[in-house]
Amino acid sequence: MDVWQFLADNKKRCLALTWEHIWIVSLALFIAILIGVPIGIVITRNKKVAQSVINTANVLITIPSIALFGILLPILSLIGHGLGKVPAITALVLYSQLPIIRNTYTAIQNVPSELVEAGRGLGMSRWRRLKEVEIPLAIPVIIAGLRTAAVMNIGIAAIAAYIGAGGLGVFIQEGISRVHQEMIVAGAILVSLLAILVDGTMALLERLITPKGVKIGRKQNQ
Amino acid sequence: MIQYENVTKIFGSGDKSVTAVDNVNFEVEKGELVTLLGPSGCGKTTLLRLTNRLLSLTQGKIIVDDQNIMDINRVKLRQSMGYAIQEVGLFPNKTIYGNIAIVPRLLKWDEDRIRDRVDELLTMLQLEPDTFRDRYPVELSGGQQQRIGVARCLAADPKILLMDEPFGAIDPINRVEIQDEFLRVQGKLKKTIIFVTHDLQEAIKMGDKIAIFQEGQLIQYDTPETILTNPKNEYIADFVGTDRGLKVLGLRKAKDVMVENPANLIQASTKASDALKFLQDKKLEHGTVVEKEKPIGYLTSANLEETEAPIKEIAEAYPKLITPYDNLKDVMSVMLMYDIRVLCVVDEDNNMAGTISLEDIQKSIMKIYSGTGEDKH
Repeated sequence: MDVWQFLADNKKRCLALTWEHIWIVSLALFIAILIGVPIGIVITRNKKVAQSVINTANVLITIPSIALFGILLPILSLIGHGLGKVPAITALVLYSQLPIIRNTYTAIQNVPSELVEAGRGLGMSRWRRLKEVEIPLAIPVIIAGLRTAAVMNIGIAAIAAYIGAGGLGVFIQEGISRVHQEMIVAGAILVSLLAILVDGTMALLERLITPKGVKIGRKQNQ
Repeated sequence: MIQYENVTKIFGSGDKSVTAVDNVNFEVEKGELVTLLGPSGCGKTTLLRLTNRLLSLTQGKIIVDDQNIMDINRVKLRQSMGYAIQEVGLFPNKTIYGNIAIVPRLLKWDEDRIRDRVDELLTMLQLEPDTFRDRYPVELSGGQQQRIGVARCLAADPKILLMDEPFGAIDPINRVEIQDEFLRVQGKLKKTIIFVTHDLQEAIKMGDKIAIFQEGQLIQYDTPETILTNPKNEYIADFVGTDRGLKVLGLRKAKDVMVENPANLIQASTKASDALKFLQDKKLEHGTVVEKEKPIGYLTSANLEETEAPIKEIAEAYPKLITPYDNLKDVMSVMLMYDIRVLCVVDEDNNMAGTISLEDIQKSIMKIYSGTGEDKH
């Protein structure tokens, strides 16, 4: 089996599919952040609402991806995008909601109550408290949620090749139908490498973005 | 000035409602530090939090400098009052500078002015600005953090400070130190302060006045001395404790009980035999020897018997000279420590101001216990 040979022979296509994979996942993550982080913050105001929102996201994530594509097909067909990148990205956005909302909610919720109390008492508006205290303190945990979502999405995006979304899943799908083992393994390896790379990058980002005062505190506790 | 008029706060509704503050009326004068005292759950913290609208009133009015607080924007109101809490609540993601700068930044001060103000406050609280400005809260000790908490609440120079057990989270030794420091600062700044505490000692030490609460009601509002000497009822007498006599001693100054023209003065030029006769005639045990208004020591009959030496040489020096502003507790400690019943009080120029005896102090305690609200002896 000569996977390396296959990769070397198909350099251009590998790069193109990897790039396609990255941007599907990135776009999905970007949209997911825009939706999930505000939801995670807003629901901290009401425990009951928070519980049902998180439960809904919990249910979403248990739907198998193939089934979700199936559900989205008739719905998105209404706007002429039953197949391709639109349903793929939609599915990824939905799957990302649980880790993003849950982590955002938990992180904001875990900001020590005396800090919130002090902020209110000093006359900081809710927005100001969020911007200057709660979000900076919550950000490491929020990024951890994004990291989970990103890695998960890389895997699910590979399956989206079956609905014509493109990306590295194409190698796997094509390889299976042509019984081309090298192609399947090459696809799997590239997806895995991408996942590892993104995971590492996000870990680094998490560390960079943690406020310095919090880092010093963690070091002292060790 | 802060006026509380029929202030009531009820949490919950119907059967489950709890009256946390029950029809409270009192006034806090400008420049005064009032301590709110009582066991936990007595409503003191609730009252504090009503003042800057962290909680909303059920009934009544709170008027700050002739303005009803309900007519002031909530956030503006809070910015106009300093706020400090027991847990301090410094923001861990901000440096000391960033923490102190919170309210000035909300008020849109320019950064130069903020910088000067932060340095001024750090210096005032005896923290070296260059060392502390750029540190993070986790790098500071508990006592230092509490100081920053105080600095933060003073930052925009508010006229009113609301403090909820601001020194509650530190060990007793550091607490005394920060209390002293805060009193020194307050002596200069003259803020109007409401200070919640459950510690009687702290309430007595810090408060110009004390408001004692029980189950949401204001039971007594008076100066610490009046509360100790004249507790309004059994509850307060119990609360201030059977040792309230000793506590009053900590508040009373030597000048309050000293005898200004004592009968036992002996001029240094007097002969020993004459001095002895003087003491025996007046039935005195203790003579204070003075020379040109300055006390130089004391004599007893035993010192004078069978001697002709100049009394200036026989006189024993006082172990410690008392100033009129020393409190009676300290004076009594000196007496007990050196086994001496009479001490000499001197003014700033070390001139004789009077004498103070253990009996004088005792009498002052007796008066306290003969007041109303008698405890069980």
